[in-house]
Amino acid sequence: MIELQPFLKSLISAPGLSGYESAVRVKIEEAWRPLVDEVSLSRLGSLHALRRGTVGAAEPRPRILLAAHMDAIGLMASGVVDGLIRFTGIGGVDPRILPGQRVLVHGREDLPGVVVQPPARLLPPSLGDNPVGIEYLFVDTGLEPEQVDRLVRTGDLISFAQLPLELNGDTLGGHSLDNRASVAALTACLNELQNRAHTWDVWAVATVQEEVTLGGAATSAFEIQPSLAVAVDVTFAKGPGASDYNTFGLGKGPTLGWGPNVHPAVHKVFKELAERLEIPYQLEVMPRHSGTDAFAMQVTAEGIPSMVLGIPLRYMHTPVEVVSLKDIQRAGRLLAEFIAGLDVDFIAKITWDN
Amino acid sequence: MSPRKNSTNRAPGIGAPQIKLLERLCNACAVSGDESEVRAIVLEEVKPYASEVRVDALGNVLVTRSGQSGDRLRVMLDAHMDEVGFMLVAEDGEGLYKIDTVGGLDPRQLVGKPVWVGRDHLPGVIGARPIHLTTPDERRRAISLDSLRIDIGPGGGKARVGDRATFATRFSQMGPSLCAKALDNRLGVATLIELLKHSPEHIDLLLAFTVQEEVGLRGAKVAAHALDPHMAIAVDSTPANDLPSWDGSENHSYNTRLGAGPAIYLADTGTLSDPRLVRWLSETGDNHRIPYQYRQPGGGGTDAGAIHRQRAGIPSVSVSVPGRYAHTAALVARLSDWKNTLALLYYALQEVGPGILER
Repeated sequence: MIELQPFLKSLISAPGLSGYESAVRVKIEEAWRPLVDEVSLSRLGSLHALRRGTVGAAEPRPRILLAAHMDAIGLMASGVVDGLIRFTGIGGVDPRILPGQRVLVHGREDLPGVVVQPPARLLPPSLGDNPVGIEYLFVDTGLEPEQVDRLVRTGDLISFAQLPLELNGDTLGGHSLDNRASVAALTACLNELQNRAHTWDVWAVATVQEEVTLGGAATSAFEIQPSLAVAVDVTFAKGPGASDYNTFGLGKGPTLGWGPNVHPAVHKVFKELAERLEIPYQLEVMPRHSGTDAFAMQVTAEGIPSMVLGIPLRYMHTPVEVVSLKDIQRAGRLLAEFIAGLDVDFIAKITWDN
Repeated sequence: MSPRKNSTNRAPGIGAPQIKLLERLCNACAVSGDESEVRAIVLEEVKPYASEVRVDALGNVLVTRSGQSGDRLRVMLDAHMDEVGFMLVAEDGEGLYKIDTVGGLDPRQLVGKPVWVGRDHLPGVIGARPIHLTTPDERRRAISLDSLRIDIGPGGGKARVGDRATFATRFSQMGPSLCAKALDNRLGVATLIELLKHSPEHIDLLLAFTVQEEVGLRGAKVAAHALDPHMAIAVDSTPANDLPSWDGSENHSYNTRLGAGPAIYLADTGTLSDPRLVRWLSETGDNHRIPYQYRQPGGGGTDAGAIHRQRAGIPSVSVSVPGRYAHTAALVARLSDWKNTLALLYYALQEVGPGILER
């Protein structure tokens, strides 16, 4: 049994930028190992955890893949000028959130630093009061230029150093809650399954590189060949600057995805289950690309029926993302209940006829 | 009053206790008009060394350390206690609050930062619309203050309209540097406290820990009137704009440079430094081989702008610890610059005499 809040706090205190996930993977592996039968790594570094079916079917049992990406957005050093580090973004980084951010530069040793916006006189005069492009920002480590030259090289990763924030209403703030919140939801699911009988094999997968290429989910789905795949990812919570149809109440329950990346029959089973169990949920319509691992998994090999579960999150891709622990717990429970209810012939029953 | 300990005439150093004090001061919140938290620390620190301490009508802490010789020069040192920050100005529900700025803050520095709200340092964040929901055109424009909210999480009730908030940056050391919010001007506050502990006997040392500098030098105005000194030094932190230029051209307008020692002011928006005091500080630096620099004459200003025009006029000068990124979530200053600032002012006070003003 893993305590969710401290576990999630430890996950968002670790780096693990896309392509360089090992720091966070170690923590996930440690938490999942006692909850599953086998743990392995994919060739690209995704963490595969297998919990075998416990009743009602012999090998080979049908398999469900639960994917939560563990990689995070961040920065990468692109050069050093007079002891100050130039950088570029990894994943979708809005440069407007960067000035003043505390970061950790992963050089020959880990160096604390801060993202800085140079004084106006040192920037192109045409900028005025407009946002300063990422190419003009620096990371200042406070070190002498010689020290920086010795310790930092182009290509060194720079991760956000924001510490977890316990906010009101059972919410947590911090960086990389996209998508460590969903890793926590998978963990909550594995917790629940400890006391439940289930027929299917469960593959919990912490995928790599979602923020850039979805390469982790695509390759893990190929390797595992699941009968069914569920991507768990964060979605937009309503809040300042976010109020459209594609935003959802924070703490009002996980979202159930609906759209081309989602198999409608699987969606229907989740919806009816949530209603029967009185787990609050919200309908998330996804007219095109779901922006999740499901997009890649659905078209892996000969095609996999897929589903998307969303966890509402405010201020996505800033170091002060905010998520509700209740929503994580609910997503985990819903997943576990869904898995416990899967018959050996579930796939045969989901058809396109109706 | 504790015994004086200046018999060796060696400038006081900065060790772990001084850095610990600076850390306490920087992690405290004192947005202009609400300086209580820093004032409490100052009162606690100065009381054992002061002849007289009082808190005036605006909230300034005025400290006198009387000397022992006959006809004593009255030397005022000033450091403002307040910092830039925010006030919660309207409630939006769900733990969200509209904010306005207090003091000169660039709205581009606010986005995506953690904050402390109110006296209890309630944690909150200033978020931003997710990049996924923005258009390229929108990203070319700055996010307006009007659209930003402080979010303390739903089910609030613990924060109120009128509460102040600051960036939630914890003090840290980064190699030879210090990194914190409000180094402007807790560096000055900490410097004055150390100078009080090592005050010379031949002068009356008058300390003003002032309020509301960031909103118009308001505390210093009344403090200087009340203390009625012969001369004054404002101790502050001034920007070091010593970064590379975007196009690689030489940076001619660096204001000050980190690591080059205390910055002596010649002229800023509000003050023409008294040349006699500039000479006195420069000679002190030269004689004691303490590195110092002249702040490039130009904009900006300190409490000296208010002090020098009080009563019949008070000869004034400013000395600053250079610091990068003033008025942002995280300032960076060099420990060596702070040490040299303290040393320069210590020797200057040791050697000050009425002759300085006769030249």
